[in-house]
Amino acid sequence: MTPPGPVGDRFRRFRERLAAEGDDRPQVSDERRSTASGTAATSGEELASGAVATSGGDHPNDRGTAASSRRGDLTARRSTEAGGRQGRRGRRRGGGEELRVPEAEFTSYYGRPILKGPVWKWDIAAYLFTGGLAAGSSLLAAGGQLTGRPALRRAGRVTALAAVSASAVFLVKDLGRPARFHHMLRVAKPTSPMSMGTWILTAYGPAAGVAAIAEAAGVLPRHGLLGLAGRALPPIGHAAGLLAAGTAPALATYTGVLLADTAVPSWHEAYPELPVIFAGSALASGAGVGLLAAPPAQAGPARRMAVAGAALELYGAHRVETRLGLLSEPYRLGRPGRLLRAGRLLTAGGVAGALLGRRSRVVGALSGTALLAASVLTRFGIFYGGVASARDPRYTVVPQRERVEARRTGMDLPSDRAVPPAV
Amino acid sequence: MLPDPNSLYGPLDPAPDAGYENAPPRMGFFTDTSVCIGCKACEVACKEWNGVPESGLDLLGMSYDNTGALTANSWRHVAFIEQPRPAGHRTPPFAGTPTDGSVSAASAAAAAGTSERTGTDPGVPTGTPSAAARMAGGGPADVLGAIAADPTAAGRGDAGPQFLGMPGAQPPGRGTGVEERTDFRWLMMSDVCKHCTHAACLDVCPTGSLFRTEFGTVVVQEDICNGCGYCISACPYGVIDQRKDDGRAWKCTLCYDRLGAGMTPACAQACPTESIQYGPLDELRERAAARVATLHERGVPEARLYGHDPNDGVGGDGAFFLLLDEPEVYGLPPDPVVTTRDLPKMWKRAGLAALAMAAATVAAFVGGSS
Repeated sequence: MTPPGPVGDRFRRFRERLAAEGDDRPQVSDERRSTASGTAATSGEELASGAVATSGGDHPNDRGTAASSRRGDLTARRSTEAGGRQGRRGRRRGGGEELRVPEAEFTSYYGRPILKGPVWKWDIAAYLFTGGLAAGSSLLAAGGQLTGRPALRRAGRVTALAAVSASAVFLVKDLGRPARFHHMLRVAKPTSPMSMGTWILTAYGPAAGVAAIAEAAGVLPRHGLLGLAGRALPPIGHAAGLLAAGTAPALATYTGVLLADTAVPSWHEAYPELPVIFAGSALASGAGVGLLAAPPAQAGPARRMAVAGAALELYGAHRVETRLGLLSEPYRLGRPGRLLRAGRLLTAGGVAGALLGRRSRVVGALSGTALLAASVLTRFGIFYGGVASARDPRYTVVPQRERVEARRTGMDLPSDRAVPPAV
Repeated sequence: MLPDPNSLYGPLDPAPDAGYENAPPRMGFFTDTSVCIGCKACEVACKEWNGVPESGLDLLGMSYDNTGALTANSWRHVAFIEQPRPAGHRTPPFAGTPTDGSVSAASAAAAAGTSERTGTDPGVPTGTPSAAARMAGGGPADVLGAIAADPTAAGRGDAGPQFLGMPGAQPPGRGTGVEERTDFRWLMMSDVCKHCTHAACLDVCPTGSLFRTEFGTVVVQEDICNGCGYCISACPYGVIDQRKDDGRAWKCTLCYDRLGAGMTPACAQACPTESIQYGPLDELRERAAARVATLHERGVPEARLYGHDPNDGVGGDGAFFLLLDEPEVYGLPPDPVVTTRDLPKMWKRAGLAALAMAAATVAAFVGGSS
């Protein structure tokens, strides 16, 4: 049945890896030894544990003492095993933070993840940023439009159109069947944040587009048909800009529900914070556009938006990194941890620059760039933190097991699963 | 008609809630793992009937299980767990038998590192070696307490016969003499889509591709699915998966086409030991309760049901199981909760965040002097 080539290869590699696992494990280089290696233990420790095992088995009444003497042996073995694992990880990723994490106790099926991790690629993380950027820019543009700050209005509207177009590209590109993107428009389901998001985008996108096109009024000739259009465009743009700004907060925050309404442990449990982080990140990135594009005289509101956005973002990120216990871990470790830490630094730097360098165009532009970069990093950090939590069965099993145990002891029921879960 | 207050969470009969009038009784599976012999006839029958593509021909190095997990190309998956502990019946012949670990922690750890090109995404991802090593010794939450009193089984496995991911041709102890003989048990379980009462995959599907059938099961319409992947991250059991070459999500349909014709689903039809039983869910639940009582009577106190309870986090499964160990040993979540339980709170938080955003913008433009 099975083709000999790949199977043989795979199995040889499997055995080689087994043999190379380390000196604390028996050398298994020859399949013939599979039944005989009981006597061919490779180290003193192995022989000792084997002897204990045999005596423990021979005297069932002595199990308690034998078990307690073995416990030490196991502890030693666990620590070497953990060392081996860290070594491999270190080589693969070059990150050393995992070393500090104590191993959580849980059982699993060959250590394989229980959940299927998100199939969303980097483009969804990028969409989280561009969607937020579009929302923040539209709010900035509407503010500029209503308070007579044309530089903010123009920059906000143009950025919003660019960002929402990029969002559409990212979203369609990530589908398994991009040609069927319009199937999203078959239904409107409040239980599906993606469906709600589709409709929010459907309302927001054209409005943002019209508002941005209206900015072309300035370059049109004064007379003729185009002149007529040039006179009609500003009021249309005005209305469209307000419509876009009206839907923008929904566009920026629904993505928090989009991620939270999944079984991905670190996303789901962070549901109170994700919309806050994303709202803050959207405000900060919108503010960044304002700081980049507007002269310091007009950029005052952008500076204040930056402060508000950074405050929301930093508060939310701090909460998810500390409040969730074990499920905060993916946001602190590895690549997501590095992304979020870098994002935090850039946010703080961007806000500081915006406030301190309020007379300098250059400092303002640098601060704006820092805020935009911070928003990108935060979105990718949150995205990949969740992905990491789905890939390790520990984050699925341990919190659920704690829940079961708490119910079992709290309600004083026998070891029966027929216990209504605490709501 | 107002939606049922339990539409998102709590006990519910799903078909009437989905709008069916005079729906037939809810149908489902009861998979009794205590009689599963690991023949994989269910996997084969499912593939045959449903035309599911092949899911890779490779050895995972983990026991007899070379399927690895439920994927878009494997709608039934037989899990194999070898445990260093006596089988259920503690009969006199076993009493004086030396017990020892039969699964080597080292080989379990190495097996965790294998994966398979199933043609699906995420398919069968690799596991964590240290977590796999622990499964050889059982968990702290063992019902019998056998492992809690004997925690070194994982370590001691090294001294016994080496388990290379393939069981030996001889019974334990024959090749090594009685001193080295081991006592162990096999756990085998045919896993499948649970057809939850509150199906997160269905709730989050933005195209309406996933739907509730009149039998209370959950089915993907392949002509609608656009491969957005939302159902995949929403499933608390990690069942539904995406086929790479066609981009759509696929899972067990509980043989919707056969059900409509009054036939038994292919896997249940093929099961030679009636480990997979198909029928009206109420009847299956009664049968399962009776089976657990029988097993407890016969000295198998670890037998327990999984997914049978309409009050659990997903409102009860349409496909539930009789297990002989904790669910996570089989790769099942110990306490799955449908993600939409918290959805109203999520929307509320998003609304508050949106208001905060609007307020901050207004304040930024009105509040300052520059």
